[in-house]
Amino acid sequence: MTRSFRMLTFQAAALVSGALIMSSITVMTKASAAAPAAAVEIGNFTFKQPVVTVKPGTTVTWANGDDIPHTVVSKDGVFKSKVLDTGDRFSFTFAKPGQFGYFCSLHPHMTGTIIVKV
Amino acid sequence: MITDEPDDRRNFLKCMAWAGTGALFAFNGGISTSIGLDAAVAAPLKHSASKPFTFVQLSDSHIGFNKPPNADARATFREAIAKVKALPNQPDFIIHTGDVSQLSRDEEFDDADQMLKELGLPVFFVPGEHDMLDPDGGKAFLDRFGKGSQGAGWYSFDHRGVHFVALVNVADLKPGGMGNLGAEQLKWLKADLAGRHSSTPIVVFAHIPLWTVYEAWGWGTDDAAEALKLLARFGSVTVLNGHIHQIAQKVEGRIAFHTARSTAFPQPAPGTAPSPGPLKVPAEQLHGMLGITDAMFVRGHDRIALIDSTLSA
Repeated sequence: MTRSFRMLTFQAAALVSGALIMSSITVMTKASAAAPAAAVEIGNFTFKQPVVTVKPGTTVTWANGDDIPHTVVSKDGVFKSKVLDTGDRFSFTFAKPGQFGYFCSLHPHMTGTIIVKV
Repeated sequence: MITDEPDDRRNFLKCMAWAGTGALFAFNGGISTSIGLDAAVAAPLKHSASKPFTFVQLSDSHIGFNKPPNADARATFREAIAKVKALPNQPDFIIHTGDVSQLSRDEEFDDADQMLKELGLPVFFVPGEHDMLDPDGGKAFLDRFGKGSQGAGWYSFDHRGVHFVALVNVADLKPGGMGNLGAEQLKWLKADLAGRHSSTPIVVFAHIPLWTVYEAWGWGTDDAAEALKLLARFGSVTVLNGHIHQIAQKVEGRIAFHTARSTAFPQPAPGTAPSPGPLKVPAEQLHGMLGITDAMFVRGHDRIALIDSTLSA
């Protein structure tokens, strides 16, 4: 099934993840008119930004840079990605304040936290 | 009463010498010894009603994996199967200790299934974490490879006087933890072992090691101690695992632990790399780091001998 489609997806993912890193820096430096965003990179079997603090309404995007699949699963059942192969991404928008612990359900020693506060 | 058994066994061991490349690791009453094949052939044999038999452990085939250091995990799995076919003494059955697939896709399971069917042998599976990635969290694997199993896929069976127990430690993993068996499975295991004579040889197989090989990489099973407690009264227990894509061995009391090589890609030794991701070895080294495990049981010795051989041998 559609290998070319998958390749396109990966290319798109690479472009978007590059853009995301840029946009998260932008969000830090000026009040954004667009919806706020933040990024978490997955690499070396870790969430490279293990604790990320964002404002309500922020969309957080995880991107898997490992050559092994991972998942992003909330400890409290708030969000759950499908399996993320190399280059795949998962986004979730945090509407309300709170502390959201999460882990990789394949490699549960991989853990992270999103803190949402006004 | 089989009077010609010593001859059978000696021929058998000689044939094993053709098949194996490394040392012969023999487990007897919990004492693991590495012995030469000549010594094994010469060893005295108690009278017994059972003939020797072998089974082969395959592990971590990761069908669908296509990145360095192995662009085609299907091809290396096919080579592993050819190696089994070429064994002079055909095994009674195969066990696959999980990570059959890379991403739990139907075509990955299908290809593994088709290749294994060429052997014409029964195959007993346990899932690895890569086999739990369908939207229903393992249903695709269980529908195909777990018929008749319980819970997340555990079961047991008997073969020629040896009791085999298949455990699942990749379901419902806990944040911050390692492998996990869970209360329901431990309760089942207790009932499964109850009433069995402590002289019954036991073989336990599961994907993630049932002892802690390296906690920082999650290479262990959080509640394994509870399972091992239930196994402690048995005179001969062999635990066969995969997951770490390299050979590791340990003996604790009467329990001998052994992990098998992958047929897809090697992983680094504990703590020798920033992560447990695939070890990107040069192409000419790959086959020497992939392999199969041939397990031989000789009744009367209560001993299982494991011969690991690589795909380059």
